Amino acid sequence: MIPNLTTPDFLSILPETIVFVMGMVVLLFDLFGRGRPIRNLAYLTLLTLAAAAYADWTLLGQGLSGFQGTIVADNYSIAFELVFLTVTAFTVLISIRYLEDQEFWFGEYYALLLFATGGMMLMASGRDLLLIFIGLEILSISSYVLVGMFQKDPKSNEAALKYFLLGAFATGFLLYGIVMLYGATGSIHLDGIAKALDGKSAAENPYILFGLGFLLVGFGFKISLAPFHMWTPDVYEGAPTTITAFLSAGPKAAGFAALVRILVEGLSATQFHWVQVLWLLAAITMTVGNVLALQQDNIKRMLAYSSIAHAGYILVAVVVGGAEGLGAIIFYAMAYTFMNFGVFAILILASSKGRERVTFDDYAGFGYLEPALGLAMLVFMLSLAGIPLTAGFAGKFQIFKTAVEQGYIWLTVIGVLNSVVSIYYYLRMIVVMYMQQPTNHSISQRAVPSVPLYAAIAMAIAGVMLLGIFPSLWMDLSLESVSVMTAGR
Amino acid sequence: MTTYIWLIPGLPLLGFLVNGLLGRSLGKTFVSVMGPGVIGASFLVSLFTFVEMLDAPGYSLTQHLYTWIQAGDFTIPATLVVDRLSGLYILIITGVGFLIHLYSVGYMGDEDEYAYWRFFCYLNLFVFFMLLLVLGSNFLLLFVGWEGVGLCSYLLIGYYFKKNSAASAAKKAFVVNRIGDFGFIVATLAIFTIFGTLEIAAVNDAASVKLAAGGGAVTAITLLIFLAATGKSAQIPLFVWLPDAMEGPTPVSALIHAATMVTAGLYVVARLSHLFVLAPMTMMVIAIIGAATAFFAATMALAQNDIKRVLAYSTVSQLGYMFMAMGVGAFMVGIFHVMTHAFFKALLFLCSGSVIHAMHHEQDMQKMGGLIRKMPITGWTYVVGALAISGAPLIFAGFFSKDEILWKAFSSPFGHPLFWIVGVITALMTAFYMFRSVSLTFFGKSRIDPQLEHHVHESPWTITLPLVLLAGLAIVGGWVGIPHLLGRSLIPNVLKNYFDGFFAKIPEGIHYGDGLEFGLMAVSTLGALAAMYGAYVLFSRHLPLAGALRDKMRPVYRMLSNKYWIDEIYNLLIVRSIHWISDKVLWRIVDVRIIDGIVNGLAASARNLGGALRLTQNGIVENYAVGIVVGAVFIFWWLLF
Repeated sequence: MIPNLTTPDFLSILPETIVFVMGMVVLLFDLFGRGRPIRNLAYLTLLTLAAAAYADWTLLGQGLSGFQGTIVADNYSIAFELVFLTVTAFTVLISIRYLEDQEFWFGEYYALLLFATGGMMLMASGRDLLLIFIGLEILSISSYVLVGMFQKDPKSNEAALKYFLLGAFATGFLLYGIVMLYGATGSIHLDGIAKALDGKSAAENPYILFGLGFLLVGFGFKISLAPFHMWTPDVYEGAPTTITAFLSAGPKAAGFAALVRILVEGLSATQFHWVQVLWLLAAITMTVGNVLALQQDNIKRMLAYSSIAHAGYILVAVVVGGAEGLGAIIFYAMAYTFMNFGVFAILILASSKGRERVTFDDYAGFGYLEPALGLAMLVFMLSLAGIPLTAGFAGKFQIFKTAVEQGYIWLTVIGVLNSVVSIYYYLRMIVVMYMQQPTNHSISQRAVPSVPLYAAIAMAIAGVMLLGIFPSLWMDLSLESVSVMTAGR
Repeated sequence: MTTYIWLIPGLPLLGFLVNGLLGRSLGKTFVSVMGPGVIGASFLVSLFTFVEMLDAPGYSLTQHLYTWIQAGDFTIPATLVVDRLSGLYILIITGVGFLIHLYSVGYMGDEDEYAYWRFFCYLNLFVFFMLLLVLGSNFLLLFVGWEGVGLCSYLLIGYYFKKNSAASAAKKAFVVNRIGDFGFIVATLAIFTIFGTLEIAAVNDAASVKLAAGGGAVTAITLLIFLAATGKSAQIPLFVWLPDAMEGPTPVSALIHAATMVTAGLYVVARLSHLFVLAPMTMMVIAIIGAATAFFAATMALAQNDIKRVLAYSTVSQLGYMFMAMGVGAFMVGIFHVMTHAFFKALLFLCSGSVIHAMHHEQDMQKMGGLIRKMPITGWTYVVGALAISGAPLIFAGFFSKDEILWKAFSSPFGHPLFWIVGVITALMTAFYMFRSVSLTFFGKSRIDPQLEHHVHESPWTITLPLVLLAGLAIVGGWVGIPHLLGRSLIPNVLKNYFDGFFAKIPEGIHYGDGLEFGLMAVSTLGALAAMYGAYVLFSRHLPLAGALRDKMRPVYRMLSNKYWIDEIYNLLIVRSIHWISDKVLWRIVDVRIIDGIVNGLAASARNLGGALRLTQNGIVENYAVGIVVGAVFIFWWLLF
């Protein structure tokens, strides 16, 4: 039987539709417009993202759901989609000069970015395991290709292959999880699963627990929780810098979006079990991320481990749960996007082909060579370290405050100790920038101006400061959007 | 709900931002227009708001800007309130502030472009914070302004930062103020614990319900707030920073250290009058401290030769007057004196600045004299200011406000004849030292360095115009508060009607007859007139006699000119001992051995752990896959067993 499709069905997927269709349009433009600068494609991509964000904005508060409830446009998905769109917009802004600098002329780059974005959006709005899986795969396959985009760079190739092999391995786990859950409950729809699990004994069913375990491994890989994180530094280091930035913010947020929806809407009956596992994973992830970041001299690798640590903080919020905790996830995802892209934008601006600034030492005296960029870097590092008046502080404060309120004292202690450790390697950047003499090597490199990069840095600064000083700007929507989701249960 | 109140602090902030970010590249002319311009605009908005407030229900306008902090049930809104108290303050701040900005254009004109730009940035920022302080609806917002003005004061005292004395004066002001800030913070926490809110209006309303009159809680809170006030408003024991603050440029002394910031302490006390009346002991402490400060600062002013230092001690002394008024429960009268004092003290400082400017940064009054012929506008406006502060009768502003204070000190139920006596003696000294400074500077024979003398001339219009306008205000400013005794039913006491019912009521005192009030007024007024005349004659015509008198009282004179050695005593008792503890105990033992030891140990172990974990990260895909499997096994084990 073919169900009748009505306007709400199509409206609910309007933002996704815009992104996917325009992704194909970008491909076509690239095909027929060879020889034109791919800069134009970047602008087209930015327009697309703006249109999708506008569509999301108009859908806000309507709580549409379409295709028999397999996909929704509730405030939860919209808030996450706004994060993804911001991530991709930043990626495009920092890509324009980077790609020209690297003499890279393939327009598929932007099409793949759009497809990846669409995949993330499906992950946030799907309420059906199969749909979430499809979104995840669209995202993953686009990401594999993007990581290996620089065909002539062996490091890029190696990273792509590693990412693909391990990604496929993790996908297997995820699919097993879905299959087990289907076998145990007879449904792949989150509502159906939740209905089948109503009643304590069903939740103790070993198939359910196996399914939950496989699911956690699959997602643990995607959001690089320890011990599923080991691919992260290698891939981040080898990938084009812009894609590293993208991977460390976007797919992780998407992974959290889907994981939280599955756990809260579908598997809340097993909450007792997954809270315990995630508690441990959060503690391990924060510690491993921070401790390994201490040891890095390469900034991209440092940021890779730092992103693992931040995923750990977000996981604390998942463990804590409730509207206050889950809302903190969305807030933190946005805050992390701003500070992370701020740093990457500066890294790209300060480097050029053949003269990349990749280690801490390359930034000796940077604060005096480039006062404005140095100051911006200072702000981002302080935010990453969680110093007050920055977005990073507001996010961490919300997470740990809620954790204490809910009685997770020890997890909070571990988290706070970890953020103390993290101050070491974030401040190391500041020390190097301001307290070390510029080496001859670093003096010879002056940043080449670029308007899109400046725009990205300005946006990131504005975001970090605004969310830091007026957290309610984004916190209100974050908190409200998850309460819509949890109230539906 | 009024929607434009935000413009009042917003415009100075805009000025700060535009000047700060672009001023350097746009040049001096731009800064000269932008700096005073935003304050002038802010004054116009304030005036408009003030008039609207007078028609508003409850004489109060509010504007909710946004929710600043939201954590559970705890909400701090960013709300601005214009009521009768803050309405008066914003007029003073922006009005006097505008004149002083205008004056600064002339006064600071010789500075190089960078310094000029920096000066106006700080000055605009100061006005912003000061307005935030008085407009904020809750303690936290007030505290932001409170700290902000402290910061600007620090920056401006240390404006000539290459001068060692300026840098250390700035540091001193900052550190001394921190002691007061401690009181404010603790009081805020206590208020939040007791009232569950930080909204000032709510605290005032609930004060008599939540706090037992005369109880320990209210006494502690009010004393802590008063401690904060003694810091900002330079009262005993924290007054020592204000005389040193004269290292800043003169417009700064006029605006910050005479007319506005130093009255912040009085503002807070007046704002919380409903709390203070519940604590009679605090009221008594305030009155005593105020009277003592007024007296001692006046004695110190007698022996100063630096024209700005005289005014600095005079400010401390006048602030003491105002606190005495607060302490005897005459909040309205205290605020009245804040207003008149803002006019005439700003005027006096600006006149002294005009003199210093003309004399090429000479501040010693012993090297002046006879300047009235060279600078008539500056000279005569200075005389107006001196008449006002000395309480020359019936016309000048200071007379009305000061006499009201003296009368209340005598007649209020919290008052005491002793307060009146101290007040009158202080008033006589005030008249004396002010006319000493008038005579030494403007009258008598010229003692100016002959080489310098023919360069001395009247200042440009940007300097003299503010002087003339302020001189006008120093005269008419007092007419709004003509007491019933003199005005009868013909001239209403405008200010009293204006503040009717605003401050906390205090119990009715004994009713004294008009005759007594008139008599007391006559005593203080005639005494002041005599002191003025005496000082004028002594220091303009018989200077050698004055010198001989000084030599006779040399020990007293030395004690006064050294401020009773208070700086030295503080240095010995507090600074040195803290220094010793910091150096020998806190640094060498606590910090180096204990804290650093723990931190370094932890850091070393974190690094070692990292080094071990690093070995797992060997780049081989198979190993990574094993990692995933290990993790998966671990999860299953945990879930199933």
